[in-house]
Amino acid sequence: MKYQRIGYDLVINEIDKGSKVLDLGCGDGVLLEMLQDEKDVKGSGVEISEEGVTMCVEKGLYCYQGDIDEGLSDYLDNSFDFVIINQTIQNTKRPDHVIEEVLRIGRRVILSFPNFGYISTRFSLLLLGRMPVNRLLPYEWYESPNIHLLTIKDFRNMSKKFRFRIVREKGFCFTSGKKSRIRRLIPNLFSQYGFFVIEKIS
Amino acid sequence: MEITNSPGGLTTEFFTFAENGGFNLLCGRSIGPVTLAYETYGTLNSEKNNAVLILHALSGDAHAAGCNDTTGKNPGWWDGYIGPGKPFDTDKYFFICSNVIGGCSGSTGPASINPETGKQWGMDFPIVTIEDMVRAQYHLVKYLGIEKLLAVAGGSMGGMQALQWSITFPEMINSCICIAASASLSAQGIAFNEVGRQAIINDPNWNHGNYYDSKFPGAGLSLARMIGHITYMSEKHMHERFGRNFQSDNMSKKNMDSEFSIESYLHYQGVKFVDRFDANSYIYITRAIDYFDLNDNGRGRLTEAFEKAKANFLIISFNTDWLYPTAEAKKVVQALRITGKNVNFNEIDTENGHDAFLLPNKTLEKNISSFLKNEFKKSTGK
Repeated sequence: MKYQRIGYDLVINEIDKGSKVLDLGCGDGVLLEMLQDEKDVKGSGVEISEEGVTMCVEKGLYCYQGDIDEGLSDYLDNSFDFVIINQTIQNTKRPDHVIEEVLRIGRRVILSFPNFGYISTRFSLLLLGRMPVNRLLPYEWYESPNIHLLTIKDFRNMSKKFRFRIVREKGFCFTSGKKSRIRRLIPNLFSQYGFFVIEKIS
Repeated sequence: MEITNSPGGLTTEFFTFAENGGFNLLCGRSIGPVTLAYETYGTLNSEKNNAVLILHALSGDAHAAGCNDTTGKNPGWWDGYIGPGKPFDTDKYFFICSNVIGGCSGSTGPASINPETGKQWGMDFPIVTIEDMVRAQYHLVKYLGIEKLLAVAGGSMGGMQALQWSITFPEMINSCICIAASASLSAQGIAFNEVGRQAIINDPNWNHGNYYDSKFPGAGLSLARMIGHITYMSEKHMHERFGRNFQSDNMSKKNMDSEFSIESYLHYQGVKFVDRFDANSYIYITRAIDYFDLNDNGRGRLTEAFEKAKANFLIISFNTDWLYPTAEAKKVVQALRITGKNVNFNEIDTENGHDAFLLPNKTLEKNISSFLKNEFKKSTGK
């Protein structure tokens, strides 16, 4: 499996030095490793695949093999300074439950996800009448792990019902190996990805 | 089996402590002298910070690696994992494996002589627990001049001991590798152990454990071992390895003497076991496994039990292990996470069931070697 490094720079930028971090869907652990090197964090991860966990162990990280949908309830409230869900929320069965849980266990939550409102995605559906298959969403509908697609606007609208405050909101594009490029003009239309930093309203 | 990369020139050594009695057991009784058989592999460095204690399972012994006789046969029970360049790399680390108290491979157990009577203990031997095993090992580790172990590691009952080490001697271990084990055995596991014990007890030769001067209850022990072996394999593994094949090719006539391959395998395992294991030890050690419950160390709560643990953990389960299922391992992981410990957990996909930790497995090998390497690096700065 090849892991893309989408939005890592944006995530790293948000994390305070020495903080306690949980990375949900940490994959091969590269983001956590970068966070340890650059921000001296105390990090741990949750990853669904055996190979991912093995690669994390190889890097000297602490990683728990598990399904995010099944197990966050054992973490105590505010266990982490930051909980990261990078390119993972769209893979979960119940994003609503996951959002509630991460807001509970983390002081701040950092999310990024493929933006279904992106212009070429919209074109595919609007003009071709087909589910988009592109670099952003590289799967046919029947094999896609992306089971809950959303737009930047959709996520923004969640804040009221789920009682969270949006600390930071960005739309960005990414070409592999390069830095994230922020899209300021109509982000929901011109961004491949959405990026949010949120915290619960107590 | 061809043996490569095994540590050579090994001998089993014996360490005796509590010469005048006074090793207090959890049951309230006190015994001594206590002898532990042990082997070591690799070299203890001058800083004495590269020592790993290997903990064996129910039927294991001190002979974990290499071939300790001149014939080049009889490899240790974890020889695939311990040796030069292997996951437990003897070029880098120093390994100790000791036989448990209550055992029968050179350590004090029911087949040892009771100093008060001059005869074998038999069933007068005090009941031992996993914690007693760990407390006895503590004396060995101290005797070897090691203040802090880089790691303790084991599978099955060895994994139970590893977890117990992290709770009983939190200051003495840097990390803990626990494979195919849990904080307590399930009712199903206890049930199988009890059937095994009953097989021994109902052997007419058993004679309430007093058989050392007469006939050995071999039939009972052999049957106990056969039952055990069923629980170590997954249904799929058993099916793929033996299927419905017959042992001999010309099975034209089916009769009561004909034998399926699986039967033949179990018989062989049973008979082989009788040659090297004491029936009373089997009873004592399975009891220790049954009674093991880390919840007792935390007033009924696992989180409280692990509160004082300081080690970093590598917990491994196998998806086809029904004796120590993943769900049980996860309870340990959960308690460790709640108490904020550093824990790696990996459920490995294999068809080999509980026995998987003894068999070659790339993922397991990689997880162990990586974990150990990183733990050594973190604890020593090297």
